[in-house]
Amino acid sequence: MLYAVLIYDDEEAIGALPKAEFDRLIANHEGVQEKLAADGKLGPVARLMPTTAATTLRQGGETVLLDGPFAETKEQLLGFYIVDCASLEEATEAAGQIGRACNARALEIRPVQLYHPGIGLK
Amino acid sequence: MTEIGWIGAALTGARPRALGALLRYFRDLDTAEEAFQEACLRALRLWPVKGPPRDPAAWLVMVGRNAALDQVRRQSKTERFTDDAEFEDSEDPEAALVEGLDGAHYQDDVLRLLFICCHPDLPATQQIALALRIVSGLTVREIARAFLVGERAMEQRITRAKRRIAEGDLPFGTPSQDERDQRLAAVAAMVYLLFNEGYAASGGDAHIRLPLCEEAIRLARLLLRLFPADPEIMGLLALLLLQHSRALARLDADGTIVLLEDQDRALWDRAMIAEGLVLIDKAVRHRRRGPYQLQAATAALHARAARPEDTDWAEIGQLYAALERLQPSPVITLNRAVAVAKVDGPEAALALIEPLAEPLAGYFHFFGVRGALLSQLGRTDEARQAFDRAIALAHTPAEAAHIRQHLDRLMKNGRPT
Repeated sequence: MLYAVLIYDDEEAIGALPKAEFDRLIANHEGVQEKLAADGKLGPVARLMPTTAATTLRQGGETVLLDGPFAETKEQLLGFYIVDCASLEEATEAAGQIGRACNARALEIRPVQLYHPGIGLK
Repeated sequence: MTEIGWIGAALTGARPRALGALLRYFRDLDTAEEAFQEACLRALRLWPVKGPPRDPAAWLVMVGRNAALDQVRRQSKTERFTDDAEFEDSEDPEAALVEGLDGAHYQDDVLRLLFICCHPDLPATQQIALALRIVSGLTVREIARAFLVGERAMEQRITRAKRRIAEGDLPFGTPSQDERDQRLAAVAAMVYLLFNEGYAASGGDAHIRLPLCEEAIRLARLLLRLFPADPEIMGLLALLLLQHSRALARLDADGTIVLLEDQDRALWDRAMIAEGLVLIDKAVRHRRRGPYQLQAATAALHARAARPEDTDWAEIGQLYAALERLQPSPVITLNRAVAVAKVDGPEAALALIEPLAEPLAGYFHFFGVRGALLSQLGRTDEARQAFDRAIALAHTPAEAAHIRQHLDRLMKNGRPT
């Protein structure tokens, strides 16, 4: 079963991290990715740009294009992993590894219903 | 991430909002700063034990406000806002307090906090120093280091600037849309100056000043988060990101400036460039071009060129022409001349900058550009004179060293072989 692990944190706090701390965070992610890859569990991984780079297409009635993220929240969606795990327990363990690497405020474990690998974008 | 690292980052991230709200309550900068400081001390004590609150800014506002009211109550018999101990112990303190705080206020609160630093009576460097101290929360020592002055001198400068602010009428009313636009423009200009202070490094070691650029980017991002649909703020952040993406390539190992066309483009920060390009894209949609967007678009054309010869100089020339129409200035004309030289040759560019000799008589870059154009035309003696003048006007050793390279090249090429 594929699970998406969605990473949420306070992007203002992340933006205020000293460079050395931030670099450590990225290095930790790379460490987790290596381990998940070795375990045969690692799917696509994405780090998202800050929400200030986002644009939202609002539909229903009149469709409008809005600047900024979909919702103003205390924590923002910063990125995600797709992992291949046999059970929720295993997925939770994988999310735990990711969580310990980045100390994110929350990780949402969301089973994937349909997975299309796309055309292998680089 | 270490726990203390996280808490420090959360406090820094929440500072503008929390301090902005506290300033609105107390209408006095010193009281607001003390309240914020007290709240931070409590956060450092409580967060490692109880975990971080969901909304650090709201937590800091409430705790800071209560701490300051306690202080007042000790002197008179004022009612407590809420029970501090109860608040700190309750299971989900934010749920209650977030409702008590109007999130919509944050926009005007943070803008006000930044705007009071832009007091028109204060010289630009003092505005910047004040913003770094008040809004970014840098220590006086850090600011003094970045500005290459002693700690005591900087302390005095900041104290004087604060007194100046306190004497004036602080703008506490809810601003009208016009006032808001004016404030935003003043604050954006200050953030731009802050970036340039780090980027142009008018004196001293440029690497010490990189944090100024990073802080400017952080403030621009904060502004865009508060005003997400303002294309000029998108342009400002894009401009800063695109300029800063070249930070590692701009100076060589000796600290000499490396010209754009000589830079190792592999050293450019691709992530910053990508974000800058995205923001320009977003801004274009609004069809309200302004100076920051035009400058960002120029920086983007450089960023998009894989090699110097791929640069779209014709388009850059047009962008500078558009900028000249919006903001006529000899410096912009000088920049346009660089593009004109690439497209129409040095003769045309030289004709364009000839009228600038008087207004730019004390400007380092004018003589650098003039010298380069003259040397391209083989007018070696005049070129040398221009370069000599540039060296005399250089603000930093890096600028002077850069012009000396030009001179060396001139000597080599000018010598009969």
